[in-house]
Amino acid sequence: MTNDTPLLEARGLTKRFPGVIANDQVDLVLHRGEILGLLGENGAGKSTLVKMLFGIHQPDEGEILLRGERITNDGPGESIARGISMVHQHFQLVPPLTVAENIVLGAEPVRGLRFDKGAANDRVREISERYGLTVEPTDVVEQLPVGLQQRVEILKALYRGAELLILDEPTAVLTPQETDELLAILRDLAATGVGIIFITHKLREVLDVTDRVTVLRRGKSVGTVATAEATSASLAELMVGRSVVLRVDKTAAEPSEPVLTTSELRVRDDRKRELVSGVDLEVRSGEILGIAGVEGNGQRELVEAVTGVRPIHAGHATIVGQRVAHDPRSVRELGVAYIPEDRERDGLVGVYSIADNLVLTSYHTAPFARTGVRQFPAIRQLATKLVERFDVRTPSIETPVSSLSGGNKQKVIVARELSVENQLVVASQPTRGVDVGSIEFIHQQLIDARDKGAAVLLVSAELDEIFALADRIAVIYEGRIVAELDPNTTSREEVGLYMAGGG
Amino acid sequence: MGDASWLRQLVLPALAVVLGLFAGALLILISGDNPLTAYGGLLEGALGSWEGVGRTLDKATPLVMGGLAVAFAFKAGLFNIGGQGQLLLGAAFAGWVGYFFDLPAIIHIPFALIVGGLAASVLGATAGLLKATRGTHEVISTIMLNFVAANFTEWLVSRDGPWNDPDGGALARTPEILPSAELPRIGDLPVGFLVAVAAAALMWWVVRKSTLGFEIQTVGANPRAAKYAGISVTRITVVAMGISAFLAGVGGAIQTLGVNGRFEPGFNTGLGFDGITIALLARTNSLAVVPAALLIGALDAGSTLMQSRTDVEPEIISVIQAFILFFVAAPSAVRWLLRLRADAIESDDMQLASGWGA
Repeated sequence: MTNDTPLLEARGLTKRFPGVIANDQVDLVLHRGEILGLLGENGAGKSTLVKMLFGIHQPDEGEILLRGERITNDGPGESIARGISMVHQHFQLVPPLTVAENIVLGAEPVRGLRFDKGAANDRVREISERYGLTVEPTDVVEQLPVGLQQRVEILKALYRGAELLILDEPTAVLTPQETDELLAILRDLAATGVGIIFITHKLREVLDVTDRVTVLRRGKSVGTVATAEATSASLAELMVGRSVVLRVDKTAAEPSEPVLTTSELRVRDDRKRELVSGVDLEVRSGEILGIAGVEGNGQRELVEAVTGVRPIHAGHATIVGQRVAHDPRSVRELGVAYIPEDRERDGLVGVYSIADNLVLTSYHTAPFARTGVRQFPAIRQLATKLVERFDVRTPSIETPVSSLSGGNKQKVIVARELSVENQLVVASQPTRGVDVGSIEFIHQQLIDARDKGAAVLLVSAELDEIFALADRIAVIYEGRIVAELDPNTTSREEVGLYMAGGG
Repeated sequence: MGDASWLRQLVLPALAVVLGLFAGALLILISGDNPLTAYGGLLEGALGSWEGVGRTLDKATPLVMGGLAVAFAFKAGLFNIGGQGQLLLGAAFAGWVGYFFDLPAIIHIPFALIVGGLAASVLGATAGLLKATRGTHEVISTIMLNFVAANFTEWLVSRDGPWNDPDGGALARTPEILPSAELPRIGDLPVGFLVAVAAAALMWWVVRKSTLGFEIQTVGANPRAAKYAGISVTRITVVAMGISAFLAGVGGAIQTLGVNGRFEPGFNTGLGFDGITIALLARTNSLAVVPAALLIGALDAGSTLMQSRTDVEPEIISVIQAFILFFVAAPSAVRWLLRLRADAIESDDMQLASGWGA
């Protein structure tokens, strides 16, 4: 399907930000009808690269050729006019408007001075049929599931005549089924001649759908390979720069006493909607219970309730026999470690040094404080030890965590939470947005905690992670546990079905 | 916030002061006077004699306390603009302790300062409690409590009030404080100023070295992470507002005990609000609050001599202060005026506007 002139070619793109070279002499070629995977760890420069292609950033050096002609990108508006569109990770949709209204927004069909709703619906129906992307034009976007919202984003791009589509981590928010549908859609789109740049850190998807893969590492392109000739291991190695163990070894669980028990647990969100509706769970010492589910099905509220961050509305939770109160400190004092889902917002103080973040939960206890006075030598000693032991890549323990990469930020949290002995470890999306090398490390730490006798409650939207770690799987759907499964006898498909509310 | 960047942190305030004085000079020129003569008078009035220096220190003292109050609350991510009311309460209660109790000076003075501070901290903690439990924005509640404090203190010393001076006739004021409550001067150096400097040093220590300071800064930097880590955001919000108001209240108490000798309502129009200027100029660093307050205090103290040397109205000082505040709060304006590169001015942690909507 490839022509002689590439659809898009980037030569020697370089972008510097104060203190870092985000992209260093990056080359990239995309043909018509091709799906190019853009793979790299967090902070490898994938986003910077596509932002240059899309005209959000200006390259400091190098050139971009579209259909063989050199272009200077003057902004996203210009790019869209040239047929380049980008589907961002966070959708750029107007929730209360309909599907058709969202798609035509900015280029609305008009009759006189009035918006022609009928024409909009017709056109949307037409392109939706042409590309096999089924949507109902009159549906209101905020009532659609995430997978369909993403489809609306893609249609928006196609409506604007996109010949080149950039997708930034499009599968991060999807269920396994939705992911499969998206990948099929992308293949169909490519067959019509659209060139697609697909950013991801999931190797399985890259192998599934792309024709070629360009791998970035620390701002440099370390190679472009034909997908047919690549394997998970070879891609991971290119990405990280060393060989990576993709499966963690773990022995069978030896569960003993129950540590966390919930009974008829009901939890409400801030708007008083009940998001956890009667959950009974038991996590025993020495086992990992994996909670699988599409985001927004009550996982967050469940975890916040058992860690004391959010009040329990009805029912109760006990940890080592103690009733959980709405008081995070008292829960922590029972021996609970907590790796929150949103590390930047909930787990770290960005402006604080690594050292201060490492004592964020223990700053008031000996030896880090005496009679209300902080003891900096003890804090520094701990930080030096943990940075070394947990392999946090940083120039110094005084470095503000906001300047660390996603993986290293998460290592700071993992070091803080898992460097002490715990009764219960609550880990919510512990490897989201974390690079392959760090995922391996964090998984090992969770297994080690289990082997030392902790009960581990793992919440993850990533089935790979659930299957890699969990000794038992509980699927949560609309605030209820809809299935408890044995990872050795169930399949990804079965879990996926329960996650989607089927089964 | 590295060690080497403290010099860079000085760039913006210094430029703001220079530009503020420059703008003032332009205005003086337009009104037909010689800016050099005017500023000469200003300088001489503020620093030209020991008496002038003493006057500058007197003016600077409540400004230090007001600046510390704003800076301290800001560490917890709170914007206390109730310094005015807190200062009034502190001044009134210190005045009451000053005339009502007969104690040896060594007890009387600290007792009056602390009672003044505590009275104010009740007001601040109320705003903190409203914020933490009901979500009432502290900017709104502290502004409104300013009126409560102003009217309450006025009633206390009015003819119908309990603390009225029987010898004052129609005047609303407390009786004169006893000599044992007077904050003395060492030569021209007011002891009240030393108290303020000690408060600045103490605040620096609390913020940098104590677990309370760590909790307050954590809540200020990321309240969600603070909550997840087990810090009670409610408690810290109340405590931080209480301490912030305590500082403002002590500022008012010093004014009563060291300068006015009694409490009279309306003695300090605007003084509480100057704390915001000072805290901004000092970039909420408690040690930097002292020189910032001295600068503003000197402008006030020198204005009388400036006026007698030229025809420049003392209001020009307020205009200069407003310009300085404007430039500190709008670093991009400074950058544009001086054609500076974007990274020449540190303005990272000075998003005071972040208090809104948080």
